[in-house]
Amino acid sequence: MAVLVIADHNNASLNDATNKTVTAAKTFGEIDVLVAGEGAGAVAEAAAKIDGVRKVLHADGAPYKTQLAEAMEALVTPLMANYDAVFAPATTTGKNIAPRIAAKLDVMQLSDITAVVDTDTFERPIYAGNAIQTVKSSDAKKVVTVRSTAFEAAADTGSASVETIDAAAGPFKSSFVSEDLSVSDRPELTSAKRIVSGGRALGSEEDFEKYMFPLADKLGAAVGASRAAVDAGYAPNDYQVGQTGKVVAPELYIAVGISGAIQHLAGMKDSKIIVAINKDEEAPIFQIADYGLVADLFSAVPELTDAV
Amino acid sequence: MKVLVPVKRVIDYNVKPRVKPDQTGVDLANVKMSMNPFCEIAVEEAVRLKEKGIVTEIVVVSIGVAQAQETLRTALAMGADRGILITAEGDVEPLAVAKILKAVADEEQPGLILLGKQAIDNDNNQTGQMLAALLDWPQGTFASEVVVEDGKVNVTREIDGGLQTVALEGPAVVTTDLRLNEPRYASLPNIMKAKKKPIDTKEAASFGVDISPRLTVLKVTEPAEREAGEKVEDVATLVSKLKAAGAL
Repeated sequence: MAVLVIADHNNASLNDATNKTVTAAKTFGEIDVLVAGEGAGAVAEAAAKIDGVRKVLHADGAPYKTQLAEAMEALVTPLMANYDAVFAPATTTGKNIAPRIAAKLDVMQLSDITAVVDTDTFERPIYAGNAIQTVKSSDAKKVVTVRSTAFEAAADTGSASVETIDAAAGPFKSSFVSEDLSVSDRPELTSAKRIVSGGRALGSEEDFEKYMFPLADKLGAAVGASRAAVDAGYAPNDYQVGQTGKVVAPELYIAVGISGAIQHLAGMKDSKIIVAINKDEEAPIFQIADYGLVADLFSAVPELTDAV
Repeated sequence: MKVLVPVKRVIDYNVKPRVKPDQTGVDLANVKMSMNPFCEIAVEEAVRLKEKGIVTEIVVVSIGVAQAQETLRTALAMGADRGILITAEGDVEPLAVAKILKAVADEEQPGLILLGKQAIDNDNNQTGQMLAALLDWPQGTFASEVVVEDGKVNVTREIDGGLQTVALEGPAVVTTDLRLNEPRYASLPNIMKAKKKPIDTKEAASFGVDISPRLTVLKVTEPAEREAGEKVEDVATLVSKLKAAGAL
């Protein structure tokens, strides 16, 4: 059996979610990685180093600069004649592309899987992570998106070959206009080992930055936020952790001024150690926190920043 | 332009779901059900486009049990013009929903289809993309802004690193993210008026679409419980505990 893994990248570097997706795909046997981009030769070289990869298929063309779904589907669907499955990381890019491919192949997709039982059977969380479903697919080909926090990253010790393939012919009915990416020197949220996350109790954008950023920098942590903090404008929306934001599973997750609504817990309850700092001792976050501190964050956070 | 808005009846987002002891699923008996929050945002966006004079008619459609009619009434009370209820027993998978919606779209010929980005029960995030594929229409997923002009739909999308704007040659499929808008509450007079708006009822079987599931649910289990933690009295204790646990 053979499986195609769609690489997640920004044309300059490979997202580590790709390595994790390769790990998830191992049960399927031979693994090829597709790198579709514009000027993404270095990414293809990086993908060739992932342990367990047979070969890298590299498609270069303007429509792949931002991996728009229409162009990606037109590229991947014909390739599927050679594969039993296609795996993509459950990033916003993977989630955008994969169901379009599944519909063209007339198969049901398996979204956001957290475990591979066998080549037909997968585990995935449902109801905001409040239940785990084991499903068996009767489709001939599998289209799967992978929750990267559930798998270890495959090492970069391989040496696969890179094969250039033709880009799909357009034109496509969608086109890229612009993007506005958040600039951050801190680790990327979904792959960070430590995360400090702020909620509504921070009260303002100024205080969010004043209290959360120094703690994050001291710990070498990424900064996350609850939906309430994002909606109130205290933090940009790509900081949001939860069912509708990012799913993270760092070694250490420090929730500051976050009550712990189920939608938020869905995004972080697989973290190894959870710390909650909240002045409301009844806050639901304390039910899942390994260490809880009932305190005013405006005094506790600076004290913690000084102490670490 | 006509807009089609598919809406789904799901467990209310405030309810903590309970897994059935026999592991066949989540217990939905006597549980409060509501319109999926992302679908509410899609209805709201359609109504706002109508208020701007861009949209002439809003058709809402729901696939599922007879009670899904309540979900359609809610959408009508928010400002949709008419509803289509497509009855089917059991959980209809996104692929089958997308096929039925394609048949509805072929009949209704909307210029735009607005869906939520995911339903909070199965958390699939597939239907909109699948529908766009079946129709061969462009897709604008995870929309935080939708601008319709000159036959084009400009969609600003929430992506992992920030925001991305794409231009779609209409007709198009757009799926809504949380920040697209804040849905309105239906007023009592509008709820009363909604009772008079038409809802067409059809059976899923009448579309000639095979809705038998491709995925068999073997079991549904509780997620692993986290071991109960401890409260610490001050920051110094917290730091020493974290150091002892190897987290710092």
